[in-house]
Amino acid sequence: MRGANTALGTAGLAAFLALGEAVPRLGLVKEQYFPPTSRIAGALRDEFAETAFWTALGDTLTGWALGLAIAVSAGILAGVLISVVPHLREATASTVEFLRPIPSVALIPLAVLLYGTGLRSVLLLVVYAAFWQVLVQVLYGVQDVDPVADETARSYGLGTWARVRHVLWPTALPYVMTGVRLAAAVALILTVTAELVIGAPGLGARIAVAQTSQAVPEMYALIVVTGLLGLLINVGARTVERRALAWHQSVRGEVTV
Amino acid sequence: MLAKGRSMQELLVVSGLRKVYEGQGRRVEAVRDLTFTVAAGELVCLVGPSGCGKTTLLKCVGGLLAPTAGEVSLAGSPVSGPPPGMAFVFQEYGRSLFPWMRVRENVGLPLKQKGLSKQRRRELIADALESVGLSDAAGAYPWQLSGGMQQRVAIARALAYEPDVLLMDEPFAAVDAQTRADLEDLVRGLWRQRGITVLFVTHDIDEAVYLGQRVLILSGSPTVVQEQLKVDLPDERDQLHTRVSPRFAELRTHVYEQIQAAKRGEPDGLRKDTPPLH
Repeated sequence: MRGANTALGTAGLAAFLALGEAVPRLGLVKEQYFPPTSRIAGALRDEFAETAFWTALGDTLTGWALGLAIAVSAGILAGVLISVVPHLREATASTVEFLRPIPSVALIPLAVLLYGTGLRSVLLLVVYAAFWQVLVQVLYGVQDVDPVADETARSYGLGTWARVRHVLWPTALPYVMTGVRLAAAVALILTVTAELVIGAPGLGARIAVAQTSQAVPEMYALIVVTGLLGLLINVGARTVERRALAWHQSVRGEVTV
Repeated sequence: MLAKGRSMQELLVVSGLRKVYEGQGRRVEAVRDLTFTVAAGELVCLVGPSGCGKTTLLKCVGGLLAPTAGEVSLAGSPVSGPPPGMAFVFQEYGRSLFPWMRVRENVGLPLKQKGLSKQRRRELIADALESVGLSDAAGAYPWQLSGGMQQRVAIARALAYEPDVLLMDEPFAAVDAQTRADLEDLVRGLWRQRGITVLFVTHDIDEAVYLGQRVLILSGSPTVVQEQLKVDLPDERDQLHTRVSPRFAELRTHVYEQIQAAKRGEPDGLRKDTPPLH
């Protein structure tokens, strides 16, 4: 079953690539703007040979990883604090609901004003976008604590912080993992956006340069790279999730006793 | 019998306990006025009609709920939060055990909180799991075990904690009849071996009579103690013979009548003391 699925997936991808090759060659679209697959692949090979490409990739990954790390830590910390301190949740709910829907890209002018075109501009946007993803999931997760589990912990003399560590945190972990996975994807989008719009160094800036210099195959090659990054990040996040939540119902499946 | 070896001092004293839940304009008096004592080493069963506040009572005794009035004291000191000398076994074993911890970690967590050494913890865990016949399951996750086994783990966790008083809240209400009989014998066996004081809440009359040295019959809500009944069955009990003995039948009939009376709201059913032999 699994083998069949893999074969189907590979066949689908091959068909898609073939289509990308055939459509421009048949003149159905302008080859100038839609280069065939083989030319994009060639451009990708050339990119791999350039040091500037690897530097740009490094910059993008740095912005992504730093931003994500800050957003995740801050989101978890804020989420636990808001849930544990009495009345804080009620007090912050409306503010969170107001701030959360603000699109991070709307903060681009502010980021430029504050930090110019450097890494810190990228971080501002990435952290703002990713933070809410984590925070909201933590808040949901904490609400999921089973009253019986909590009473058990209390009856065995576990104090507030011991309960946070041994009951609240494991309960919230599946939610946190979902938040981190969503945040990881959003962080990549915002990193590339910031580089593209603000011109901070990275893959986004390189795409902008390729576009302005009419290097269309190179532009596509770079877009493919960002897509691959997204894919890797998602696969990585899922792997971490599965490892950390081996005990959880969603991962372990139904156990027949 | 360990219970006889000890002085029959009152270990657990519940006096004038009252619990009223207030919220959203509704006021529910779950427990009206409960007074009873449990001596050290005693096994007392609390039985009453469903919805009579048994769980509320037990949570107040365990320090998980603050009573509206009255007092619970353990070995002379008032209970204001979960006291270190009490262990709780809940009915919902599946929710009371932590699915992210293996059996041995579930049993060991309270011991870690007690600050016991690693060596001592390991001994207590091994000993408790052996007592409930689950030595082999130490490395399993709770959800890999059957319901009865899970409740054994919860019992092992309570035993390892080395409590003076073991509070059990309808612990076998959610397991099948066969498992239930086994677990009842397990609890009686452990009680006799270890001399722990057990306060056992159940809605099952037969279970209360089979297990207890004494049965406290609670009235319907709002709850008071309807009757205290001494179970004068022999200490050696087994599922096969005890349950068919004439005395068992008399006692269970008596408890049943009392509970029916309690449901109808009669202040006192028949008699105050143990029913005489016919």
